[in-house]
Parts: sequence; C-alpha cells; structure tokens
Amino acid sequence: MANVTLRNVRKTYPGGFEAIKGIDFEVGDGQFCVLVGPSGCGKSTLLRMVAGLETITGGQIDIGGRVVNQVEPADRDIAMVFQNYALYPHMSVYNNMAYGLRNRGMAEPEIRKRVEEAARILELATMLDRKPRQLSGGQRQRVAMGRAIVRQPKVFLFDEPLSNLDAKLRIAMRVEIRKLQRRLSTTSIYVTHDQLEAMTLADTLVVMNGGVVEQIGNPLEIYQRPATTFVAAFIGAPPMNLMPLTSDELRSQLASDINASEAGILGIRPEDFVISSESIPGAIVLGLTVEAVEHVGAETFVYGTRQREEQGVAANPGELPPGEVIVRVPGATGPAIGQRIRAVAPREKLHLFTADGRRRVG
Amino acid sequence: MQKQSVFQSKLLPYALVAPQLAIVLIFFYWPAAQAVVQSFLLQDAFGLSTSFVWFENYQDILSQPDYFAAIVRTFVFSFAIAFSSLSSALLLAVMADKPLRGGTLYRTLLIWPYAVAPPVVGVLWVFMLHPSLGILARGLRGMGIDWNPLLDGNQAALLIILAAAWKQISYNFLFFLAGLQSIPKSVIEAAAIDGARPMRRFWTVTFPLLSPTIFFLLVINIVYAFFDTFGIIDTMTRGGPAKATETMVYKVYVDGLLGGNLGGSAAQSVILMVIVIGLTAIQFRFVERKVTY
Repeated sequence: MANVTLRNVRKTYPGGFEAIKGIDFEVGDGQFCVLVGPSGCGKSTLLRMVAGLETITGGQIDIGGRVVNQVEPADRDIAMVFQNYALYPHMSVYNNMAYGLRNRGMAEPEIRKRVEEAARILELATMLDRKPRQLSGGQRQRVAMGRAIVRQPKVFLFDEPLSNLDAKLRIAMRVEIRKLQRRLSTTSIYVTHDQLEAMTLADTLVVMNGGVVEQIGNPLEIYQRPATTFVAAFIGAPPMNLMPLTSDELRSQLASDINASEAGILGIRPEDFVISSESIPGAIVLGLTVEAVEHVGAETFVYGTRQREEQGVAANPGELPPGEVIVRVPGATGPAIGQRIRAVAPREKLHLFTADGRRRVG
Repeated sequence: MQKQSVFQSKLLPYALVAPQLAIVLIFFYWPAAQAVVQSFLLQDAFGLSTSFVWFENYQDILSQPDYFAAIVRTFVFSFAIAFSSLSSALLLAVMADKPLRGGTLYRTLLIWPYAVAPPVVGVLWVFMLHPSLGILARGLRGMGIDWNPLLDGNQAALLIILAAAWKQISYNFLFFLAGLQSIPKSVIEAAAIDGARPMRRFWTVTFPLLSPTIFFLLVINIVYAFFDTFGIIDTMTRGGPAKATETMVYKVYVDGLLGGNLGGSAAQSVILMVIVIGLTAIQFRFVERKVTY
C-alpha cells in the first residue's frame, strides 16, 4: 500500500531528445491511475521510469514516502505486467510465479501457498506444470498477472497489457483486471493508448501528449469538460466535432454569448446533436448534407458536410477532416445519403476553446 | 511461407543442382568411398601387388597403444578447446551485448580472427610463444616459468589448445551475440523487477535461454577441434614433441602420407568419419527435440 508521487519528472535522452517534459501527479493509496495518449507521447517511458527501467534525468519519483530515483527496480517493491507478458519461456507456470519469491529467499511452503492462491484467483490451477508456449494468449496474460500478485507489491505497473489480445478477450480481461485491483486494493498505474480502456479502468485519468500532461482528472469529468482540443478529440469515440469559429455563420449564432468572444474553436460531441427542425434559444444549428451513414445497431452515426467549406483545425489524432461533422442518432434509423438535415446542439453542450486549442473558455 | 517455383522443363531443376551435386560427389563421396575401399586393402612394400585383407587394417590399428593414446588426446583437446573458446566467447558476447560507446567497432574487431586461416594462426602463436623468439615466452621466462614447448609435451599441448581456441572465439562470439540479442529485453527486465541480481539473472534466465545456441556451438567446436586443428598442429608442433600433440587427424596424415601405410591410414579415416557422423546425428536429434522452447 503506497502513494506514488511524481514531481517535475523529466527524461532527456543523450541525443538531446526530451521525451518527458516535466510531469507532476500523485496516485493515492489503492487508486487506479491510467496514463493514456497517442503512441510516442511518453507514457510508456514514464511508466518505465517509475519501474526503474529508465533513468530519471530530472525531478523526483516517490513511492510510499521514499524517493526512488536511485533505487534498483528490484528494491522498489513494484511489480510490472509487460505488453508481451515477458514470461520466462523455459520455466513452468508455477516457477514463473515463484521466481520472484525465490529471489527474495522466501520459504518454499509459503511460496507454494501464495502461488496456489494466485492460481486459484486467476483460474490457472490446472496449468501450473505447463510451459508458457503451451498456453493461449489470455492464459499467458493471466500468468503475467499472477507473477505480479504473488509478490504482494506496493504498486502494480501495467504496460499496455491487453494490446496483444483479441477484441473480445480484451474486454473480458479489462473487467478482470479492474475486479482484481479492487479486491487487492493495490495502487496501480496502467498505460494504454485505448481511450475506452482508459475510461473504464481509471479512478484517475492522466491524458498525455508530446511528453506533457494535457489533463488529469476523473474520467467522466475529463469527458464532460476537456481542457484542450487535444483531449476533446482524443477522449471519446467517435471524436468530438471541432469547428473553427472563423465563419460569420457560427459566430453570429454565438453572438449573445459572453464567453464566445475569446473562443476560436467550437466543440460538439456527436451525441449532443439532435436532428430537428425546431429552434431552441441559444442553440447552435448546423445545416448538413449527409455523406455517409454507419449503422452500429443500437446507434447510427451520420457523417455530413456543412454548406460552406471551412478551414480545418490543425490535424490531431482522431480528428475529422475539415468541414465534416459526425452526428449520433439513437436507434437503427438514420437519414438517407444526400439528404439535407438540420443538426441542433443546445448551449449547455457546447465546448469553447481558444484558437490555439490549448485552453478551454466555456 | 515457402515460395514454390514452377519450371517449364523437367530437366532444368536437375541441371541447376547438378554442379553442386558434382562437387559433393567428386570431393566428398568419391574420396570417402576410396578410403573405405582402401581400408580393406594391403599393399606390399614396393607397391607391386595389392591384396584384400578384410578387417586386418582395423585390427592392426586398434591394437596399437599409440592409436588409443591419439584418441584420448583428441578428445581431451576437443573438450579443452570447446570449453575454453565457448566460455571466453560467451563472456565477451555478454559484455558486448551491453550498450557501449563504440560497441559496433568492438564487435567488428572481435569477429576478425575468424578470417585468419588456421596455419596462419599457428604461425602467429609460434612467434609469440617460441622459446627463443617469442615475446610472450620471454615474459613467461621472466616470471620464472621454464617455458619450452619444443621439449615439454604438456606445454606444446597447451599451446595448440590456446591457438585453436583463440581462432574459434570469433565464430562462437558471433553466435552468442545473436543468441543474446534474440532474448526479449522485457524478459530480462521482468527478472530484474523480480529481484534477480545480474549474476543470478544470467544463470537463471539468460543462460537457459541460450542453451540451444550453446549446444549447437559445442558440437561445431568439437568437430572443428577434430579436423580444422590440422593446420595449426602442422605449423606449430608437427605432432611433437614425442607425439604429444598428435591427434587422430594428424596421425592419419603421418601414417598415410609420411609413413606410407595407406591401408592403416584409410582405416583411421573411416573411424574418424564414423565418429563425426555419430556426433552430427546426436546434434540433430538433440537440437530438434529438446532445446527449443
């Protein structure tokens, strides 16, 4: 049981490349913290720095009240689950789990007790004698989890542990990991690039981009009030519609708004639109021509273009092409391709950002 | 995934493999068959008549105490060469595998000795360790060691083992380095987090994962020590002093070419051939079965 605190943590590689540009956050005791961001944003590097596999070139990392900058990975009292599981291929499942305990000189009966307990929790009891190559992907994943939990460490670190599994198994394992973490209430830091995984697992969500933290908070809070356009586009699928307020048409619709004077970009989530012919006071109305319709079953995504070609916002991951707008319609019925529709979003659902996208203004 | 080519003519594929087949037949099967035939024949001293003597050459050779001494010597040499060159190559490879400044240069230099031909290796070491000319020999004398491999059989044997092992280090180094680099980095990192210190990590994770490479190299090195040391022995000691460095392959040469005992020499070749076929068979069975994960 421990807090993990990062204070102005930096990582600069010998070549001068700055991978982590000063990060501060704290993970409370027993909390599940998820680091999420596009590939190359530094989230894995940061996790490896907490583990002690990468040196820290600036700032402090504190685990359970002890600064661990110079402490070997073995002495940090952490356990890590790797993306490729990193099981010892020449050892049986039992020995894979027992290895860390033997290295610490634990008595064999106690090792047996702990490994069997972990195997029972993870439903691996019948596979203890097998070698990793005789296991399926999901089973290997569970052995990797088992190896972490038998140690009863202060902190669990997960480095994209589910990305090698197929979609169905990934969802099942996601739930398992969350249940297990609640049951053991061990402080955890989890790295993923999958925003859905991040949303569902996290107590605290840390959205990273380009070596800096874009936003920290509770996942729903981040979803409802993204601090930057990057977060707005990255969290949520399909992504938020971001429209520059360059046209007179949009700006005039927002004219009565006080906050809007500072705003340069308007964001609206696809699900916040209603296709309607009514006009609500203060609402934004977009006239769209339907270009494509995606039927997912429970909902339908309508891709439309606005009448006038608009200048797009700088391309961020998951962002839409300029002028295109996604509207979510509940149920299986949507408009036909080529049809003209009127998408209405109420004032309280609008997100306003400064023109550079770095700040939220309303 | 295998690519399959389709040939228009049925003869073309045979024509394409024919040169290789011809080389194998002429330079391997033909002399091997000749050796087998020769080993059953006995020629009189003037080369006027040849008679078929069944297994007399084998009986003769196997009843010589000299021959048994050569067999034992060959095995001792082989294991000594294999062990010393494998262990030093492994040590160097582990060091070179670490991220180093100028690591590529270091690795390249370590591979160079492999390009040196065995007789040249022999000459190099002779010059360094010759009792009256050698730089290293002077140093040894200076330390009070009575170094004279021209007279002392054990020292001569040591010299051969040293030179032969040195030559093979590069080859082993290359395979070990490749083997080490194929071990996923995360497995080693997992062991580090699991509390294993570097030495323990090496013996419990790296070494077992290298075992297929080690076994492969062990067989290659033994076969090397059996045959390719000929050039080194011939330039350094010529089997002497007093046959202290006469291995099986050198004895084949001494008895047949120098002694003119063609039948006896051929019988020795056949025995050598059987030993190597046996070793290779063991290797393939073992490598394919056991040591893959």
